[in-house]
Amino acid sequence: MKTTPIYGMMAEFDSATALVEAARKTHQAGYQKIDAYSPFPVEELAEAIGFHSNRVALITLIGAAIGGLSGYLMQYWMAAVSYPINVGGRPNHSWPSFIVITFELTILFGGISAVFGMLALNGLPMPYHPVFNVPRFVMASKDRFFLIIFSTDPKYDPSGTRQFLQMLEPRSIAEVPS
Amino acid sequence: MADHTEEIAVGNQKAPVIEPGYTFGTVTDKISSIVLTRPTSTGWFVGFGVAFLITMMLLFALGYLFVKGVGIWGINIPVGWGFAIVNFVWWIGIGHAGTLISAILLLLRQSWRNSINRFAEAMTLFAVACAGIFPLVHTGRPWLAYWLFPYPNTMQYWPQFRSPLLWDVFAVSTYFTISLLFWFIGLVPDLATLRDRSESRWARIIYGMLALGWRGSARHWHRYESAYLLLAGLATPLVLSVHTVVSFDFAIAIVPGWHTTIFPPYFVAGAIYSGFAMVLMLAIPIRKLYGLEDFITDRHLQNSAKVMLATGWIVAYGYGIEAFMGWYSGNRYDAFTLWNRLHGPYAFFYFMLLLCNIAIPQLLWIRRLRTSPLGLFLISSVILCGMWLERFVIVVMSLHRDFLPSSWGMYYPTRWDWMTFMGTIGMFLAAMFLFVRILPMISIFEMRTLLPEAEVKAE
Repeated sequence: MKTTPIYGMMAEFDSATALVEAARKTHQAGYQKIDAYSPFPVEELAEAIGFHSNRVALITLIGAAIGGLSGYLMQYWMAAVSYPINVGGRPNHSWPSFIVITFELTILFGGISAVFGMLALNGLPMPYHPVFNVPRFVMASKDRFFLIIFSTDPKYDPSGTRQFLQMLEPRSIAEVPS
Repeated sequence: MADHTEEIAVGNQKAPVIEPGYTFGTVTDKISSIVLTRPTSTGWFVGFGVAFLITMMLLFALGYLFVKGVGIWGINIPVGWGFAIVNFVWWIGIGHAGTLISAILLLLRQSWRNSINRFAEAMTLFAVACAGIFPLVHTGRPWLAYWLFPYPNTMQYWPQFRSPLLWDVFAVSTYFTISLLFWFIGLVPDLATLRDRSESRWARIIYGMLALGWRGSARHWHRYESAYLLLAGLATPLVLSVHTVVSFDFAIAIVPGWHTTIFPPYFVAGAIYSGFAMVLMLAIPIRKLYGLEDFITDRHLQNSAKVMLATGWIVAYGYGIEAFMGWYSGNRYDAFTLWNRLHGPYAFFYFMLLLCNIAIPQLLWIRRLRTSPLGLFLISSVILCGMWLERFVIVVMSLHRDFLPSSWGMYYPTRWDWMTFMGTIGMFLAAMFLFVRILPMISIFEMRTLLPEAEVKAE
């Protein structure tokens, strides 16, 4: 028999509740490398697959801090050091008038960091992914819920894992070719 | 999730946020079919065609402007700002409702926003794009507009950071960028839905590229939700700041009628006022034409009407304080500004403003009117006119008679002023027509979270 490398084993469920329950059981059974797919954000799901915290907030904070600092320092340097102009006898370092642009650049850099940080951590854009090889997976963006156990998991073995997933009473099970 | 279902249960007394009986599948089909399978109606082609022709008129007016210069407009000393700035402030204010709906109402957990946030955000983008044209062409030499940005140059100068006009450049460009990111990020999961459901190969490729390979992984959703909330948290102070900065363009100057501390809150309230009026003027025909009454329900119309009523009163308070300060300050120039509004050559517009922005919107106290789409549509159009007049009163009436009677003058817009203004309305509508045709105008994935079956039941 010709062997194609296997990416994992995928089970399909009907509801968010069934998926969360199945993900929890799979995680408790000792499977580490698993993922779940849903057509809308399900709060409990990340926890159920053992994914607790993400670094998006930290990246946003760093981005916003860089934006604010560089915004202020840029204005200070340009208005007070590089190109000082006396406007009505006001000090060159007239900080109150620098606040608006400092604020705007804080928001700008923070927002850009949040979006691109999230995309980078998610590994997007990624047009090809093995899960798309499962024909029924098109339903994942509509009304079906999927659970996958990756073949890299130490507990993964083709027949045992399939039996395990069968126990969770999914609607269908498919092997995911990579 | 629990609050969502509760709200739907409460919906039996109020109008519901989404009519009962929908499933994940039917919600998806209903919204995506408008883009994917529904044939494009003749009405769409006619509407888009007219809007496109008006856009061409805009390009013609701008082309002639580039050849001749701003002398073709009615502006002169003392009124140097004229229509360009009136329209700029009007358009940018309209954009504010979109960000309010998408960011502030998200943070306040107002889940009814889920069906109107997408097209309200699109409205924001197009309105800000229209707004951006005006200051750009008003500079007189728009091809040198990049001088406003701090970049190393051979002239060895830097922009003047003490000027509110420069603050505006940063505020508006940040606002556009963040609004664009917010809108696009919200679209990604829905673009994945369109990619998976499209029959045509080209549509699959294009939607697929735009969807960035989104597959709905729990890890992705978790980060996505974080980023979305953070972006909402950042956009909230941003939207309040943008119109504040726009009001600084006036308030920092010493012109009577401009130099007042009430401007920032009153500008922001006015922006949301006109923005919700535009949301209603778009939502009412769209939900009718595309049969979306189940998603954009009477509840949405009522809530928008209430927001307009509340912000309308903040605006009325602003007018009141302006008039009161004209008398109370004891400053003869401020007092004259008030007198000039009531008795000067433009007094008619001031009274029209009071009629459109304060008197007529009081009809919204009547419950039957708040649930009548036609009534709301008409009142919204009155409010949009009123808010435009407000900016006309602020810009033109303050400038045309300031300190020195010898430098008083009148301002009359020319046909080029009108063509540019009407042209941006055409451009806005043309963009909206394209948007409802090629992108899902209601956020599909956020609508799914409103359904009772989205709730994860405890074991």
